[in-house]
Amino acid sequence: MTTAFASKGPAVTSTIMTVDDSPSMRMLLRAALTDLGYQVLEAEDGVHALERLDGVQPDLLITDINMPRLDGFGLIERVREQDRHRNLPILVLTTESSDEKKQRARKAGATGWIVKPFHPEKLAAAIRRVLH
Amino acid sequence: MNFDEIQQIFFQECEEGLATMEGNFAAVRQGAYDTETINTIFRSVHSIKGGAGAFGHERLQAFTHEYETLLDLVRNGTLVLTPALLGTIVSAFDMLSDHVAAARDGGTPPADGAMLARLIEAAHAPEPQAAQDTVTEAATVSTGAVGNDFDDLFEICAPAPSTGDGDGGDDGFDDLFALCETPATDETGDGWHITLVPGPTALDHGGEPLLLLRELAALGAEVTSCDLGNLPTLSDLHPERAYLGWTLTAPSSVAEDDIRAVFEFMGDVDLRIVRGANAEDEAPEALPIANAPEAASAPMTDTLPPSSAPQPVKAAASPDPAATVLPPEAAAPRTAAAAVQTIRVDLDKLDRLVNLVGELVITQAMLAQRLSEHQLGGISELTDLDHLTRELQESTMAIRAQPMKTVFSRVPRIIRELEVETGKRVRLDIEGEMTEVDKTVVERIGEPLTHLIRNAVDHGLETPAERLAAGKPEEGVVTLSAAHHSGRIVITVADDGRGIDRKRVRAKAVERGIIAADAILTEEEIDNLIFAPGFSTASTVSNISGRGVGMDVVRKNVQALGGRIGISSQLGHGSSFALSLPLTLAVLDGMIVTVGEQTFVIPLGHIVESLRPDDDAVKSLGATASLLDVRGSYVPVHRIAEQLGIAGAIADPTQAVLIVVESDHGQAVLMVDSIQDQRQVVVKSLEANYEAIHGLAGATILGDGRVALILDVDALISRWRRDPRHGAPQLELAA
Repeated sequence: MTTAFASKGPAVTSTIMTVDDSPSMRMLLRAALTDLGYQVLEAEDGVHALERLDGVQPDLLITDINMPRLDGFGLIERVREQDRHRNLPILVLTTESSDEKKQRARKAGATGWIVKPFHPEKLAAAIRRVLH
Repeated sequence: MNFDEIQQIFFQECEEGLATMEGNFAAVRQGAYDTETINTIFRSVHSIKGGAGAFGHERLQAFTHEYETLLDLVRNGTLVLTPALLGTIVSAFDMLSDHVAAARDGGTPPADGAMLARLIEAAHAPEPQAAQDTVTEAATVSTGAVGNDFDDLFEICAPAPSTGDGDGGDDGFDDLFALCETPATDETGDGWHITLVPGPTALDHGGEPLLLLRELAALGAEVTSCDLGNLPTLSDLHPERAYLGWTLTAPSSVAEDDIRAVFEFMGDVDLRIVRGANAEDEAPEALPIANAPEAASAPMTDTLPPSSAPQPVKAAASPDPAATVLPPEAAAPRTAAAAVQTIRVDLDKLDRLVNLVGELVITQAMLAQRLSEHQLGGISELTDLDHLTRELQESTMAIRAQPMKTVFSRVPRIIRELEVETGKRVRLDIEGEMTEVDKTVVERIGEPLTHLIRNAVDHGLETPAERLAAGKPEEGVVTLSAAHHSGRIVITVADDGRGIDRKRVRAKAVERGIIAADAILTEEEIDNLIFAPGFSTASTVSNISGRGVGMDVVRKNVQALGGRIGISSQLGHGSSFALSLPLTLAVLDGMIVTVGEQTFVIPLGHIVESLRPDDDAVKSLGATASLLDVRGSYVPVHRIAEQLGIAGAIADPTQAVLIVVESDHGQAVLMVDSIQDQRQVVVKSLEANYEAIHGLAGATILGDGRVALILDVDALISRWRRDPRHGAPQLELAA
């Protein structure tokens, strides 16, 4: 791996799990994250994400808030209950930039947030802030 | 997968979301709903909004934003769902459908000004029942928000009066402004001094101050000192607590916003950002910072210390009360609705699979035939293979199956529009919307179904006054149902209206020359007259049901899908139209017949009956033309052999097998040598494998490997009627 590459992107490919009930949103995320050099895992909602998290340890979780079965807040709370995911960085995808939503996300245990619609650069910046 | 392809998927999601909403509105209207019903509606709008933003559909995004705001107030209980509010929400839904269509097709977005105003008004003018709570809550929130703004201002500007006093008599406002505008006016050029002291919980939840230092370094900042003052002795050190603090300098060219943005996610931090000259004075006055997780009720920005400039984040805080009203978290237990997991597959791949399974079914049939020629037809492996093939075929077909819901979900809107257009009151009952049928059938049944619905409301139902006079409730009922019935799907459109007035229908048919004035028709035959071409014409059909097509086109469309349409009606009590359709177009129920050396398949949907006629049932009209007497009606006999140029077929109708078929052009008789079998055949497209041939609907491969052509009954009879050289009697006899 060249130095130039290492400085541009993650030296060792990090894995990011995205959780969103909308396939098109997942695809947009996948496209953007793949461009940034990350590996992407996907889950369709909170319940599905918890199931997947049983078997894998991603480096970062990016989750939507409004989802069927288990929403983003619930997912984060449940993830944080698990010892091995206690320090997993979690970014919340939200269409609202309101403080109230961010506050709730943080209270649930989110590390940060990304306001939709996201610009790839903003996405990259948010990830840089939480992912080694 | 490129952007456009992802966008197409987004539009599919929109359609699914809209269908879901429509279904849930129906539940709400019937009072059969809970918080999850409303939540689901909210989520659908929310998802559309998210995608609209991502794909740059601003009008759609703006509309969904207001719509979502209102729905959010409903789902969190701030607004009570009154009929009036539901009316607004449903109207907005119709407009949302138009917005989605416009975004998808690149059309002009609907004029939504009035609707947006309605949504905003509804969100701000709560229903009386909830008024008290809502107003109070909104007021609290808004003053809270304003208060916070002022608090910040106060904190930022607090030192101003004192320094102002020092200046002697100045009212202090200049200083106040000067302080507030520091970044713009300060020209010291000393750059930024950043003091950063993460609180003890800063490492929780994946927080990592080191990454922030790295990001600041990328902005050109340098760490000037590390504060070890809070570091405890090793025995007291908690490995997951943050103890270190840093002081950094950053070039003045960096915008303060950019520095603050780096700390956006840090809830638990004592952060000071000041221009060089002020750094010494300001630092000691900095206030201890509330710990974010504990200060849950305070807006996020309160966790940041006062700065020398108004915080841009604060200014961006939404003034929209809906966004700031705290939704009481639905304490109701989450309905563990078993969501069906799905996978999206390219349709081409699926069709290839269907095709291959079709080939397998044919090969299996051929194998069975070959084995039976060698007296091995009974071996158990063959029976197993037969079962497996059949199951595989059914499972494959099931992949292409879709619930009728996608079609049914559009009907409520049609009904609403019809109510407005006709002034009639209609209740729509939907049954069996989860009944599944092949995708192609779902896609193509919409138009005929829409026509039947319009017909039911326009012609079937009476006006409210007429209904009251007839002792019926004002509100008419249209029932739409779907069910599986012996390997087919039966879709019924029924109304409780006036029913078919057979005397009038008959009179009209005579007037239009469709039947002779003295024709003797059964009730069923009279009812079926409304499907006759030319029965409904522009002058007799209103602009609602009209739309330039008559019921004959409805029947034609249904038959093109291998379907049949039946009517039952009772004067004064209503009518019911039943569409019976095959579950898939890839397999066809057919009668295998022999004509000379050839084998043909006649789609079972067309066949009324088959018979070996008595001598006196066939009336000869010249050398080649004849009529069959079917219980008093004379039906023209078509000699397939002659018309398709097949040698060696039976020429005498009384020696042949006559098959009575129903076509677009009424009943006809097809003359064949014998019937071999009646079974399902796998349809092979002639267009794809050879070229389209008029009169043939496709081909199939029989068990013995021979190709049999599938007759297109409508096309054949239509052609025979037009072209006398084919020898069929050119008689427009209905009786």
